[in-house]
Amino acid sequence: MAMQGKSSPWMISCFLLAVFLLAWHFFTLRPAFEPRGMSEEQLKMLEFNGDIVRTSEGGYAWNPEKEKVKGVPGPLMVFDKARTELAEAFVKKGTNDHGIAYLVAYTVSRFAAGFLAASVVAIMLGVLLGLNKALFQAVNPFIQILKPISPLAWMPLLLYTVKDPKWTAVLVVFMAAVWPTLATTAFGVSSLRKDYLHVAAILQLTWFKRLYKVILPGAAPTIVNGLRISFGSALVAVVPAEMLLGELGVGYLSWIEWNNLDIAGVIFAILVVGVVGVILDSGFNKLAGFVTYQE
Amino acid sequence: MAFLQIDHMTKFFPSHSGGDPVCIFKDVTIKIEKGEFVTTIGHSGCGKSTLLNIIAGLESPSEGGVILNGREAAGPGLDRMVVFQNFALMPWMTVFDNIRLAVRAAYPDWDRERIAAHVHKYIALVGLKGAETKRPTALSGGMKQRVGLARAFAIEPKVLLLDEPFAQIDALTRGVIQEELIQMWNTSRNTVFMVTHDVDEAILLSDRILLMTNGPGARIAENVMVTIPRPRARVTIIEHPHYYKIRNHIIHFLVEHVTHEEETGVSNNGSEKKYPRVVDFEQETLARQ
Repeated sequence: MAMQGKSSPWMISCFLLAVFLLAWHFFTLRPAFEPRGMSEEQLKMLEFNGDIVRTSEGGYAWNPEKEKVKGVPGPLMVFDKARTELAEAFVKKGTNDHGIAYLVAYTVSRFAAGFLAASVVAIMLGVLLGLNKALFQAVNPFIQILKPISPLAWMPLLLYTVKDPKWTAVLVVFMAAVWPTLATTAFGVSSLRKDYLHVAAILQLTWFKRLYKVILPGAAPTIVNGLRISFGSALVAVVPAEMLLGELGVGYLSWIEWNNLDIAGVIFAILVVGVVGVILDSGFNKLAGFVTYQE
Repeated sequence: MAFLQIDHMTKFFPSHSGGDPVCIFKDVTIKIEKGEFVTTIGHSGCGKSTLLNIIAGLESPSEGGVILNGREAAGPGLDRMVVFQNFALMPWMTVFDNIRLAVRAAYPDWDRERIAAHVHKYIALVGLKGAETKRPTALSGGMKQRVGLARAFAIEPKVLLLDEPFAQIDALTRGVIQEELIQMWNTSRNTVFMVTHDVDEAILLSDRILLMTNGPGARIAENVMVTIPRPRARVTIIEHPHYYKIRNHIIHFLVEHVTHEEETGVSNNGSEKKYPRVVDFEQETLARQ
């Protein structure tokens, strides 16, 4: 009991993971093929259909190829799939069959391009709106209408106008990331404490210095909160954008494995998306730590 | 013409209910000579902070204006630096950077070393040596306002505007910083305009104390001369025969003359209401002898 009271969250996490994996393993476990009670005719038919194969000992077993699409694959199959995929992470087998490392790189670069462009645009516009109350009130209704639109809803229009799936995917990420940052930046700048602006006014700081020394650092904690929301929504948007556009990436991997009827591959792709998200997120938090301050 | 003159100034605020604008103060004229330390006392909401903000150029008057050194001073400028009630230090900058921001703005043609030396000089002056790299969050209220004072004195403004500078500092520290302020002012001899509602603080620091009636339509009713010779210290000032006379006079004023209307009826009968009554206990004593 004393041990339990002191058990670290890490241990609980590991325990939960073990319980989950075991449950997954046992729920997806299928009994071995049982030829008893079947006629020679039936067995031949099953073998002909590819449901079962002859083993080296002369008996029969389920066909492992067909097993992949029967039911939900267990953790061992996913682990197997992950091992083979990771083993050829840097291999390009064909135009549409790139290793997992390439796919991650494509997704991350697409995400980064869209997110960075959206952040720059949103922060610049947000500062402008935050400093000009009338303009903010005038533009706010449009932001409110545009904000809840799913970025994927833009895709057909974007694809039609830019006529290039590569740029469309980036623009979908852009659309997902631009609104939260824009809204929170405008709010953060407009609610900046008047004292700071008063000091800047008395010191006769130039417009540029006022922006870089006072307004941006002062609104930084709020801006970072907006960026964090944008970050999440951009990460959510990049996966379906790749699926729908057929652009190589981890989202595409999930879809192509589904097309291959490789469910273990789908699960592997989902895990890759999660891992990529966690790594990007922790990087973002590190950056955010530099610009926030305590009041 | 006085060095700093607030000339027939009136300020209206738009009323919350959408009716006629509310008059905060009316036809205020204040003349301050170079090197003078003048304090305005009044109840909260009488418009004394608004008055200070207008002198600083952070708000604009509805009528009248500010004349500094023979020129109209409209809009903020480095010649009128404010020490804010809630310090107004940038929390994302260190103590050093907060002061350096001001020094760089005031002396744009100085080089790095000269600016740094100047900043260090003023940090030492307020006794914050060793705290240069700290951020305001890590400082106590008293230390924060020391930074605020260092920042204000460091740019050597023509006029120093103190907006209830010690209101948010605990009583024990307040006295210490008040004396530090006296010492700094003794060497710099800036012209100072302070607003406060602390009577003891006003007497300790000021040459003259202006008493403001309550708003709406507040005005400067009295001009009390602090007839206690400098140098003053907190311990010895209370022994001066005029100290309690001045103190009681001000407190009576604050208690009795709550509104402009009452005030007109009670004390200043027959006298010209437009100009503040001068209260000078030195003259009074001489007259009696």
